[in-house]
Amino acid sequence: MKEIRFHGRGGQGAVTAAELLAVAAFYDGYYSQAFPAFGVERRGAPVLAFTRISDRKIRRRSQIYNPDYVIVQDSSLMSSVNVAEGLNDGGVIVINGTKDPKNLDLPGDVRTIDATKISLDIIGKPITNTTMLGAFAGAVDFISIDSIKKAVGERFEGGLREKNIQAVEVAYNKMKGLDK
Amino acid sequence: MIKSNILKENPKMKILEGSMAVAQTVKTCKPNIVSAYPITPQTHIVEDIAQMVADGEMQADYIKVDSEFSALSALIGACATGARTYSSTTSQGLALMFEVLFNASGMRMPIVMTVVNRALSAPLNIWNDQHDSIAVRDAGWIQLYAEDNQEACDLLPIAYKVAEDKEILLPTMCCMDGFVLTHTFEPVVIPEESLVDEFLPSFRPDYVLDPENPVTIGAYGGPEIYTEFRYQQHNAMINAEEKIERAMNEFGEMFGREYNLVDGYRLDDADIVLISMGSLLGTMKDAVDDMREDGVKVGILKITSYRPFPKEKIYEKIRGIETGIVFEKDVSIGMGAGLLNDLKSSLYGKKQTPSLYGFALGLGGRDVTIDNIKDAVNKLKTSKLDDFGFINLREEVL
Repeated sequence: MKEIRFHGRGGQGAVTAAELLAVAAFYDGYYSQAFPAFGVERRGAPVLAFTRISDRKIRRRSQIYNPDYVIVQDSSLMSSVNVAEGLNDGGVIVINGTKDPKNLDLPGDVRTIDATKISLDIIGKPITNTTMLGAFAGAVDFISIDSIKKAVGERFEGGLREKNIQAVEVAYNKMKGLDK
Repeated sequence: MIKSNILKENPKMKILEGSMAVAQTVKTCKPNIVSAYPITPQTHIVEDIAQMVADGEMQADYIKVDSEFSALSALIGACATGARTYSSTTSQGLALMFEVLFNASGMRMPIVMTVVNRALSAPLNIWNDQHDSIAVRDAGWIQLYAEDNQEACDLLPIAYKVAEDKEILLPTMCCMDGFVLTHTFEPVVIPEESLVDEFLPSFRPDYVLDPENPVTIGAYGGPEIYTEFRYQQHNAMINAEEKIERAMNEFGEMFGREYNLVDGYRLDDADIVLISMGSLLGTMKDAVDDMREDGVKVGILKITSYRPFPKEKIYEKIRGIETGIVFEKDVSIGMGAGLLNDLKSSLYGKKQTPSLYGFALGLGGRDVTIDNIKDAVNKLKTSKLDDFGFINLREEVL
């Protein structure tokens, strides 16, 4: 089983991202589960959401304290939240940010991507949840970009749909190093 | 991790939010009337049903009422005319229905309602526990508890079939943990509408409100007749046990998913039995698998039917086991907790029963981890405990 923890701020779509990752994993043939950390919903406050992906039915329902993967949608969170808390050995952290991972003093395999710029350029808004899913698919080997695109495509309509899918693709290629 | 290819195993599986899965299952049960009070605390269930009705995908009259009290009152009126009825409520909403719950059951209205289990105020709290439905266990409603979203769906047609049985005629609560289930995305198979049609006969009560053939329903019942009403409700609830079992078996044959009033998990050689209802069971099963690997002989008794309370079936499952630990998300303030108390009462005077200990946990949305379950078992092995207590308490704030 793989456990993924999302860090975002209220209004940035972390819960939606966790759900879309579960949907994509399901399309890839896995059992999956997604849920938010239930708390008071405030725009801008730090929020958590979780996704589990497994080859068997998922029974446990506790929050994720020892993630294998962490997705940080907003690097400004890192001044107040320890996003690496409980990260398993060999864990991966994917951060929306511009800093070189070497300068971040975090454990695990840390990757950064300027998802805000990609989102602003393509979607026209600094909402990075779908873009970060593309980046995540590029950083790991168990989620296909096609399933991410399918899950994202089902959630949006019209022009927003195309733009989100494009942002997913650009972030994926950037993370894979295919855009060079 | 190996890909299981879940969709090849079951092409009808979908992944969606628990509330949406329940709403889509309600649609297959074809209620004529749905009522709801759409304000906090409510759930996506009635919102999703409202959307389906508005889009013309679901043929039901949807009544928006002015309170939870009215939501259930409206269903009593509708049900008395022979309509199949549905609503969903939670915590304070259920509390506001208190008076009407007894009217529905006393008038023998087979209303089916999803109770999304959430905490009661004060302190103000909207998160998950089961204090709300446990607090109304004496209202004469059948109460079934779902472990996961698949069960929250499947229990609905089973509930209608039993509730509407002319030998039963009791309203039914299908309880599912708020947030923990309702807000979780996970794979579910929505029962096929054509199969539900076959499984669930249409509702044809013998007595209905009809201007052409006037009858009185819910009349005055003085001391000369009131006791007999309660006696008949009591017997109907006891008889519901066999009817639920039969409906579950029939459901299993038609839909391929098996249900029981109570289930054992790794109980065969167990010295310790963990007992619970609802979504805690999943986390407990993972904890039991871990403890089994460490050589602890522990198993689980899952209670799906809390009312009727299947006394003999429970006894059969746990007879001869040394120790029982009840985990529940409710407290009978000052006197243990609902499930613990009922278990003790049902086992009183019987031989070879386990020593029972109860723990309240997961109250007001506090997370329950695998370690919480293991710690409780270890505590019991290493120290002498009271028969009831709280675990995972924040001692520093007390």
